[in-house]
Amino acid sequence: MSDQLIIGGHAVQSRLILGSGKFSLQIIKAVVENGGAEMVTLALRRANLGGQENILDHIPKGVTLLPNTSGARNAGEAVRIARLAREIGCGNFVKVEVIRDTKYLLPDNYETIKATEILAKEGFIVMPYMYPDLNVARSLVNAGAAAVMPLAAPIGSNKGLCTKDFIQILVDEIDLPIIVDAGIGRPSQACEAMEMGVAAIMCNTAIATAGDVALMSKAFKQAIEAGRAAYLAGPGRVINNQAEASSPLTGFLED
Amino acid sequence: MMALNRLNHMEYIEGMEAIDSDLMDKVLNYTAAYDYRQYTGKDVEKALAQEQLSIGDYASILSPAAMPYLEEMAQKARSETRKHFGNSIYVFTPLYIANYCENHCIYCGFNCKNKIRRGKLSLEEVAVELKAIAATGLKEVLILTGESRLKSGVEYIGEAVKLAAKYFSTIGIEIYPLNLKEYAYLQQCGADFVSVYQETYNINKYEQVHLSGPKRIYPYRFHAQERALLGGMRGVAFGCLLGLDDYRKDAYAAGLHAFFMQQKYPHAEISFSTPRLRPYINKVDNNPHDVRERQLLQVILAYRLFMPYAGITISTRERAVFRDHVIGLAATKISAGVRVGVGGHRAEEKGDEQFEISDPRSVHQVHQMILSRGLQPVYTDYIRV
Repeated sequence: MSDQLIIGGHAVQSRLILGSGKFSLQIIKAVVENGGAEMVTLALRRANLGGQENILDHIPKGVTLLPNTSGARNAGEAVRIARLAREIGCGNFVKVEVIRDTKYLLPDNYETIKATEILAKEGFIVMPYMYPDLNVARSLVNAGAAAVMPLAAPIGSNKGLCTKDFIQILVDEIDLPIIVDAGIGRPSQACEAMEMGVAAIMCNTAIATAGDVALMSKAFKQAIEAGRAAYLAGPGRVINNQAEASSPLTGFLED
Repeated sequence: MMALNRLNHMEYIEGMEAIDSDLMDKVLNYTAAYDYRQYTGKDVEKALAQEQLSIGDYASILSPAAMPYLEEMAQKARSETRKHFGNSIYVFTPLYIANYCENHCIYCGFNCKNKIRRGKLSLEEVAVELKAIAATGLKEVLILTGESRLKSGVEYIGEAVKLAAKYFSTIGIEIYPLNLKEYAYLQQCGADFVSVYQETYNINKYEQVHLSGPKRIYPYRFHAQERALLGGMRGVAFGCLLGLDDYRKDAYAAGLHAFFMQQKYPHAEISFSTPRLRPYINKVDNNPHDVRERQLLQVILAYRLFMPYAGITISTRERAVFRDHVIGLAATKISAGVRVGVGGHRAEEKGDEQFEISDPRSVHQVHQMILSRGLQPVYTDYIRV
């Protein structure tokens, strides 16, 4: 059975999108391979073209680059960073990140919509990082986003699915891939999100801060695959242990 | 008592711009009320159990009661640093372009009464130095001057910044405090990060150690970071000179200064430096008194735990072993290939240094050290757009 994830017309098999900014560049290859990731995000501001420890030199060939606009404080800056990414050959994908709070790193949904609209018109495949709000998600659809990437918890917090109910609303209502972007701390949480019908998981800190980074990447791959399979299979019934009323409430109905 | 012939250090002098801000009163009120002797081990334990430390928790981990908990603080700090920065360690170097100074600060080698070789690089020499630094692979540079508007004016610094912008993605300045429009001008030239250290937050001590010169004016210096942010700068650095006065109170004040600034300007990138007093030419006994490595580490860890998202730079004033262990644990940025005289990266130094450094390693050596500790040297993490 083919179960592809389609983002902006591009099909990918792997539903794990990896971050690259929080661990040693030497192990990126192993992490990508263990996780089976086909898409890797990178902060364009970390690209040291022609210089030492250039992150772009360490991402394996064949992987789709998903440059992000981290560092942008408003739509204008995000747009300029995205254009720069395309100029240096990072392709058409862009993860829009607009943050103007250095403490919690929460996304600015309003500026994110503006940047998405401009970049989509310029032919980018735009994947906006957002705080899970249904109205904003609808606006992002209208702005031309190719996916919507709500946070599960603050970036780097490893706190898991704090915004679970709101992500579920997006999954139910938005006709684009919903990709959980930040806050997932453990494979079990990634699995749970996938069971809910989330299309993919973007993961960085949970893997980067693990004792064995490459092994944790593999664990996420397996959890995401399990969650996806469970979603496709349809969950079985949960037995309700509560006592049922002895006289049926619908006994009065005529045959 | 203030000497009669000296300026009132709490009053602005002509040319110094006053902005409307309540931050100084806030920080000074909190600091005045900070009695670190009242905290106990229990308070420290409670603080270390918090996910987000309150101001009261910060006060307790800076207190003497926290000294037996240094290891626990280090463990928690390491995990916070990892969460926020991964294993990234940012590498940069300072470039002193002039050491003329109009201030008489009794703890500093550049002070105007100290008989040292003074110098200022011509713009051609600045370019040569920048090129030599860029050849080491660095992408971030911090441009420094002594505090002399006469000898190293804002335009001169602006020209140096413009030259630096040709080679570097990230440019910081550590110069005398400016008015808002002057910060805006240097930001236009290409600088985005400003470091100003209050040295001591104790108003009386400040008056005693800044005998003359514009630096004597306490509030103008205090509000420099805010003017810088209002002028469009992206990040501001805070710190006090540990060993000059009561280091616990000074570190407490510097932390709150940064904390309230971020609260007021949530987009501001915040960082700390933790310099200790160092010997300098003609004053070899300028030492950090009661701030030994344990105390210094306590301050660094307290900054990290209170503001886990803030950058912390570790100075070449410290010995290599200390620096190597503190990166990744709490510090996120380290200088390398450092010269603290005027110039000296390519040509011979044109002026004497501000203080003695303790870690003379090259960029390559520091790079190797970072890798050997399982950390990732990062040369650029900033795009100017």
